[in-house]
Amino acid sequence: MAKLYTKKKFAVENLKPKKETISFILNYSKALSIHKIGNSNFQIIAN
Amino acid sequence: MANLVFPDAILVKNYISGDESALTSLIERHQSKIYGFIYSKVNDRDLSDDIFQDTFIKVINTLKTKSYNEEGKFLPWVMRIAHNLVVDHYRKSNKMPFNRETEEYSIFNYMSDNAPTIESKMITDQVEADLTRLLDELPEDQKEVLIMRMYQDLSFKEISELTGVSINTALGRMRYAVINLRKIIEKNQIILTN
Repeated sequence: MAKLYTKKKFAVENLKPKKETISFILNYSKALSIHKIGNSNFQIIAN
Repeated sequence: MANLVFPDAILVKNYISGDESALTSLIERHQSKIYGFIYSKVNDRDLSDDIFQDTFIKVINTLKTKSYNEEGKFLPWVMRIAHNLVVDHYRKSNKMPFNRETEEYSIFNYMSDNAPTIESKMITDQVEADLTRLLDELPEDQKEVLIMRMYQDLSFKEISELTGVSINTALGRMRYAVINLRKIIEKNQIILTN
């Protein structure tokens, strides 16, 4: 086989996370509320 | 989305004030870089998704507890979290089992070094540099097609669209580029090998 002398310097693979992952993160963010009482933080995740 | 024009700092501020769409914009803006960074370290799509998810859970928790100190460095901060999670993953998954060397077992029976030596790396660099110089000898249209095909990994269809010529013309230019390169190499008695 012929030798390849080139490097694919500029080939960029555009990787992105799955839609489910993004959706999970956004839903988690919407569900989470954090309340600071005194020195403690209370996390509440709404279903 | 209007959010896309705001700088990160404003989006972070809006998110902390309760604007959930700001987080969507931040993720949309930086997902490729962060995910690409994680994937480059772990080489596994599912694992990258997990680490990406954990990274943003930490980001969300920090932002919602209002303990994030905005210094205009949102992306480097998220990348640092992702990096730490990758390191944690490798620590947990015990990727380096321990074997003590005995008379029957020697690590050197199993290990071989396939990495290029400094010499072969220098030769490769030299060959690539020589080739780049040879490309400058080609007519501009042929050089353009060859660079797009071999260095940028574009298809002939993409090349034809970008240069505004037919696929057959692009193929022809590639063919003449290779023929001309061979002629230059023969004429100057250059040896490209490693």
